[in-house]
Amino acid sequence: MTNELELQQTPQKKGSAFLERIKSGVKAFGLPRLIITGFLVLLFLIAPAAHVNIGTAITDVINRFGMNAIMVLAMVPMIHSGCGLNFGLPLGIIAGLLGATLSIQTNIPGGASFWLAILYATPFSVIFGWAYGKLLNKVKGSEMMIATYVGFSAVSFMCMMWLLLPFKNPTMIWGYGGSGLRTTISTQGYYYHYLNDFLALDFSKWVSPASVGDGAFIGAMKNFFSHLVIPTGMILFFAVFAFIIWAFLKTKMGTAMTAVGSNSQFAMASGINIDRTRTISVIMSTWLGAVGILVYEQSFGFIQLYNAPFYMAMPAVSAILIGGASVNKATITNVIIGTILYQGIVTMTPSVMNGLVHTDMSEVIRIIISNGMIIYALTRKTEASR
Amino acid sequence: MSNIFKNAVTSVKDGFKGFGDRQSKKFHDFVNRGPKENLKNLGEFALNNIVPIIFIVFCAFAIPISGQPFSSVVRDVVTRLMRNSFLVLSLLIPIMAGMGLNFGMTLGAMAGQIGLILVSDWQVVGIPGLMLAAIISIPISIVLGWFCGTMLNKAKGREMVTSYMISFFMNGVYQLVVLYMMGSIIPIASNSLLLPRGYGIRNTVNFAGTKGSLGMRKSLDNFWSFNIGTIQIPILTILIIALLCIFILWFKKTKLGQDMRAVGQDMEVAREAGIKVERTRVLAIIISTVLAGFGMIIYLSNMGTLNTYNSHSQIGMFSIAALLVGGASVSKANIRNAFLGIILFHTMFIVSPYAGKNLIGEAQLGEYFRVFVSYGVITLSLVLYEVKARRAKGHQAKELKEAQEKMLKNKETAEVIA
Repeated sequence: MTNELELQQTPQKKGSAFLERIKSGVKAFGLPRLIITGFLVLLFLIAPAAHVNIGTAITDVINRFGMNAIMVLAMVPMIHSGCGLNFGLPLGIIAGLLGATLSIQTNIPGGASFWLAILYATPFSVIFGWAYGKLLNKVKGSEMMIATYVGFSAVSFMCMMWLLLPFKNPTMIWGYGGSGLRTTISTQGYYYHYLNDFLALDFSKWVSPASVGDGAFIGAMKNFFSHLVIPTGMILFFAVFAFIIWAFLKTKMGTAMTAVGSNSQFAMASGINIDRTRTISVIMSTWLGAVGILVYEQSFGFIQLYNAPFYMAMPAVSAILIGGASVNKATITNVIIGTILYQGIVTMTPSVMNGLVHTDMSEVIRIIISNGMIIYALTRKTEASR
Repeated sequence: MSNIFKNAVTSVKDGFKGFGDRQSKKFHDFVNRGPKENLKNLGEFALNNIVPIIFIVFCAFAIPISGQPFSSVVRDVVTRLMRNSFLVLSLLIPIMAGMGLNFGMTLGAMAGQIGLILVSDWQVVGIPGLMLAAIISIPISIVLGWFCGTMLNKAKGREMVTSYMISFFMNGVYQLVVLYMMGSIIPIASNSLLLPRGYGIRNTVNFAGTKGSLGMRKSLDNFWSFNIGTIQIPILTILIIALLCIFILWFKKTKLGQDMRAVGQDMEVAREAGIKVERTRVLAIIISTVLAGFGMIIYLSNMGTLNTYNSHSQIGMFSIAALLVGGASVSKANIRNAFLGIILFHTMFIVSPYAGKNLIGEAQLGEYFRVFVSYGVITLSLVLYEVKARRAKGHQAKELKEAQEKMLKNKETAEVIA
């Protein structure tokens, strides 16, 4: 009798448990993230119908991942120390731009200029980050709003500085009729594709596109690989940074940072200097922002000055949120997943959309997805009571 | 006599009287205190009004440097005062409700723009056109305001950054509607509005009107106006702005207005007192959004052209900066702040390109400068507010502690005596 009952109940129980697990899995993963992942998968599935080469698509996604990942990584230290999402990323970007322009001014050609740019950018990012951190310590609780406007103020201040600073290298300044730096400066001849080309796996060198005699599968594989380029150096560079941050978060200083972010009362009780820890995290974020923009430039090919850094924080912020981070919790995995998803959508939507309906709605979709994700993170009940 | 007077004052006059009383009290305090105390108070006053003071000093220097004749500066400032007042005043009510600067006012601006686009497609011109646009904007503003308010209720304590992100998010939705749906789903007949591809609205929409029709440009300002020298004084616009001021003063006295102030003071206490906190907050945002929609219509009718995809986001930033320049803070703002702010901010805005050109021969520098100042002012005000709020909190905690200690001491002495 009992056995029968058990037998009857077990499958049902199992089923409901399975459902529960799916439910909790979805909950942990987050519905918006699920939708975004689904959307990206859908894009890849319909890509062939839109005559988009999957090899090219993957190459683009990987490339853009490498370009942006370090800027997304720059969110991590500040989130850990409880300073919230680093909307002040443009400050770090400016430090990077100063490094880049100074490096080109020094006029050392080739890859060495990349390391020189990082070297130049470091003191700036330390000073900016220190001041920015001190400021954020004074406004605990509303860091994000102020960070946004600190970033904006810094960018608009630098707009004036780019006009006024006495740079001399002819590749950077307006040829005639104007004064100050150009709005875009080519990195060609300096560190253009320095990391991209380091150990790059260019499959098109070894595989030719499909020819008539190939079977369906072979042809598809050939088409795929003949368009695939993997910028190994850039990915490695990110991997090194990701590892350093991961390792750092395990050190004494790193754990202190996490403690400050998750429970500042407890951190204070255990003798951690809260303000100092937060300042250090802000300096780290700022410096990562500076390195991030340099990596971006070496792949993109141009240094963008003036108004360009204004909205560069938003993609990074929404990328890490899409990756599963919240306002006060973030991991390296969040960075990697988030950047792939975000950049995947950004690169895939225009090409697929264009191929299918001949209209480019990608900009609108990007705005709605990225800002919607930020709103979602800001309005979640569990995190409102920090 | 005083009785008759008391009976006669309406709630609005009460507001003015309160202002007068406060000033006379301030004066009495000033006379009664010694000079040393006054000097200290002066320092405090300067610290409390640092932003307007910086601006007054800046304008005092920049106007002569710009080389612009004073009369033309005044003319431009008057124009901009008429153009922007309504928008800036729309920010006041959420501040009253303790929700900070409503960056979501751009939502109302979008609603107003949609109204104007539709009206100019239907060829309704002049003041009827503007009124129709305002009527169309109301339901859109209400829906958007409700959305924004509901979201902000889920993000208590970080309303500003959330409303800021909502304005970005809605900008995407606005683009979706205006750039893709208008002309394809929403019927738009006029080809002069549509992009060459057949759907979507052009980057600039001109309200000056085609031949034969008068259009909507300046119809409000020219309806009833007179000139002082070269300065046009649009009476109807002034009346509308005055009406809004009276509405705000009156609104403060209503039950809803009082509820909002209570919610702004302390949400929990207000809840204890039986106020529906969430509903009150949503209403504050809805009212602000609707007003911003009207403000945008007034603004654009004066401008005569609409930058379809830029106007609203720009106006949000400039309105907020102007209000802060007038000495408002995240938790306190009044009508005076709005007007003073518009005058100071736009004086800076007008003269800085000329000043930049005269100083280093580069007008671009002045343009960058004024953008920097707009952002810088918002940053400075936000930081000052936070620092002050924290200091006040610390002060409160200290007082509480002292009171407790005193009580303990009294108890001890009482015990000793016993």
